Amino acid sequence: MRAWLLRLATVSVLWGAAVSGPAAAQAPSKPFVFTGIPDQDESRLVERFGKVATYLEGKLGVPVRYIPVKNYPAAVTAFTNGQVQLAWFGGFTGVQARRAVPGSQAIAQGAEDAAFKTYFIANAATGLQKSADFPKAIAGKTFTFGSRASTSGRLMPEFFIRQAFPGQTPEQVFERVGFSGDHSRTIQLVQSGAFAVGAVDYSVWDLDSKAGKVDGKSVSVIWESPTFPDYQWTVRGDVDATYGAGFTEKLKAALIGITDPAILEPFGRTKFTPVTNAAYEPLVEVGRSTGLLD
Amino acid sequence: MRLHVLPGILPAPRWPRPGYAAVSRWFAILGLAALLAADLHVTSLHPWSDLERLLGGLVRPDFLAVEGASILYTVAFAVLGVGLGAGAGFLLAIPYARFRAVRIACAFLRAVHELFWALLLMQVFGLSATTGILAIALPYAGICAKVYAEIIEEADLSALRVLPAGSDPVSAFAYARLPEVLASIRAYTFYRLECGMRSTLVLGFIGLPTIGFYLESAFRQGRYGEAGALMLVFYALIGTRRLWVRGWTLPLLVLGAILALPPMVGSTDVGASLARFLGHDIVPAPLRHASLLAPDTWLETWAALWAWFRPILTGQILPGTLQTLVLAQVALVATAIGALVLFPLTARHFAGPVARPFGRVLLVTVRSTPEYMLAYVALQLLGPSMLPAILALSIHNAGIIGYLMGRHADGLTYRPDAPRGLNLYAYETVPRLYGQFLAYLLYRWEIILRESAIFGILGVATLGFYVDAAIAELRLDVAAVLILATALVAIAVDAASRALRRSLRIADLPVRLASTDTPRSSAPVTA
Repeated sequence: MRAWLLRLATVSVLWGAAVSGPAAAQAPSKPFVFTGIPDQDESRLVERFGKVATYLEGKLGVPVRYIPVKNYPAAVTAFTNGQVQLAWFGGFTGVQARRAVPGSQAIAQGAEDAAFKTYFIANAATGLQKSADFPKAIAGKTFTFGSRASTSGRLMPEFFIRQAFPGQTPEQVFERVGFSGDHSRTIQLVQSGAFAVGAVDYSVWDLDSKAGKVDGKSVSVIWESPTFPDYQWTVRGDVDATYGAGFTEKLKAALIGITDPAILEPFGRTKFTPVTNAAYEPLVEVGRSTGLLD
Repeated sequence: MRLHVLPGILPAPRWPRPGYAAVSRWFAILGLAALLAADLHVTSLHPWSDLERLLGGLVRPDFLAVEGASILYTVAFAVLGVGLGAGAGFLLAIPYARFRAVRIACAFLRAVHELFWALLLMQVFGLSATTGILAIALPYAGICAKVYAEIIEEADLSALRVLPAGSDPVSAFAYARLPEVLASIRAYTFYRLECGMRSTLVLGFIGLPTIGFYLESAFRQGRYGEAGALMLVFYALIGTRRLWVRGWTLPLLVLGAILALPPMVGSTDVGASLARFLGHDIVPAPLRHASLLAPDTWLETWAALWAWFRPILTGQILPGTLQTLVLAQVALVATAIGALVLFPLTARHFAGPVARPFGRVLLVTVRSTPEYMLAYVALQLLGPSMLPAILALSIHNAGIIGYLMGRHADGLTYRPDAPRGLNLYAYETVPRLYGQFLAYLLYRWEIILRESAIFGILGVATLGFYVDAAIAELRLDVAAVLILATALVAIAVDAASRALRRSLRIADLPVRLASTDTPRSSAPVTA
């Protein structure tokens, strides 16, 4: 009986904690929280976002925290339910997030993101060679995308595949279709031969090549896609109300003002430039045509 | 005068009552058919070298890399989640037998896997302690309500009968019924805490800061020394559970857990998120701006709803359900074979004094390893097909059933001139334990099915695969329908399992782990 009274007491205490917890944490200067889609090796993410957090805290005058997430949709969810106010999204996840949170804006992209590319990479055993035209010989092989919600690893490659094989879905074109989860993993899977061909973000390919993680004898680029807009910093529309008027502009200026190579290098970007939601309109069309957006 | 026919007692069966052999045969045939339909392709080229590196990590663990807080959070989430779930389960257990609505609600709560609950709760509560605790508490409330109700049902009523007439129901319950069932309930709840720690570990794989969070990172990036250390820490936590989870440590554990909860990074607007989630996100898209009852447009709305639902049914629910059932069937038969092979390892009459402790450690280790984590690792090693999922499910469940069967085998009394070795195994032990064996297996069927569905998140094309896709596409209405379908399949399998156990007359045998963990405190152990 005592044990049960105790358990009952626990339950009520817990409910109290669950209900009052978030509210109590809200009180004084609310920290500014951001996240990023986990598109590559986690150690690199921790390095780059840790540096961004320190930098932004100095520029914005509010505590800035980075919260790591395990997959792309979790980053979008954290943005839609308001746990984070800023996120480094891919082109497609950015479109998803801004459609779900009215008033949110894309404010800055990497200089490279205006004209981003997908690489199709193939295992050496396939004998596929680099070509300028879409490599139709990949039909019937095994193929891995990156994350399901990736722009350069899913949305755009799927769009190009559907264009090259009209009326067919990737599942019909290939022997087997996989979703690796992130770009570093895509490279590993194609390199090991687990999948014959894969679609990968060109900047992650370059970063991983520089880091010595790519074995040129086992895996190589067989096609470079046409260009499309990709990654961007997206901020919620309600930050001015929370952190003071003009906060969005201050944040934008801070991001564009990043010149420290130590921050830019782990991003694989040379600098950040201003951008607006309109730059990503083409991706909405692509999303609709591939059935990933309503 | 035919004395052996007693019409009133033996009703004419509508169909021949199946025997152990027939049921086993049918399950094996279905398992074989499922095996032919299953995708068992190994896509990885060097699984052995990866496995070698993984085992190397277990042999040379890197304990310095372990994030200490993750251990604390794992225990804290488990203690509070199970505590809340058990508390709610106990309150639900009282009206459980009387109200069908309560039974249906509990069946639904436990039919949805804790990972699915976490994915849904995250939409509202974000990556927070609330999400972690509720994701455990909700399904555990459903499970505990059912089991507590069964324990109360089975209890001895003699104390109740001698109460004076007019005793009020609360006193009657507190003084005549509770003392009878408290020991069983306690043993079961403590055992549940162990399950709760497995569940919280797995929640880390989707972003909560438990051991699983760091395990996933370590596996993904090939830091096997860190992964090995994390796994050893987890085994130590499970292995020492009986030492630190006791009646008197409970208040300390609960208080400590509340104090140890991770502070939330950022905060969600719970009210607005909940309203958006319930009022918009999970409402089927065609119904968001229309009503099914509006007099002038209801026909179009119903048509739009059907047009929305049809492709989900034919393209996702049906193929996903088929694959889930195929995986569960193969895994169930593989579990059965595995358990029959493994249990002699832990039984006195078959394993020598040297081999038996090793057998026990082996089985306890595989049973402590969450099947989701096993599947994750096997998928990294073998590539995305059903094979790693089958391996994970059958290793984990064969470990559980094998361990329990070993204990039952030790409880049997043999004739002094009983045969030995294979003869004893094949002609006496297995036949005597077979009913108990089937009871365990049928009971695990539903659990295996729930896990089969969730493995879709890892890339096997079961129902979870489509849930994962719907969440990636931010179509929570589709995800909600798919999760509901998964729950219905689990409930159906549970019902089939119970019907089979009843018709085999093995419904009264113990099937809960906790009831054999403390054989003296509850139902008889021998079959």
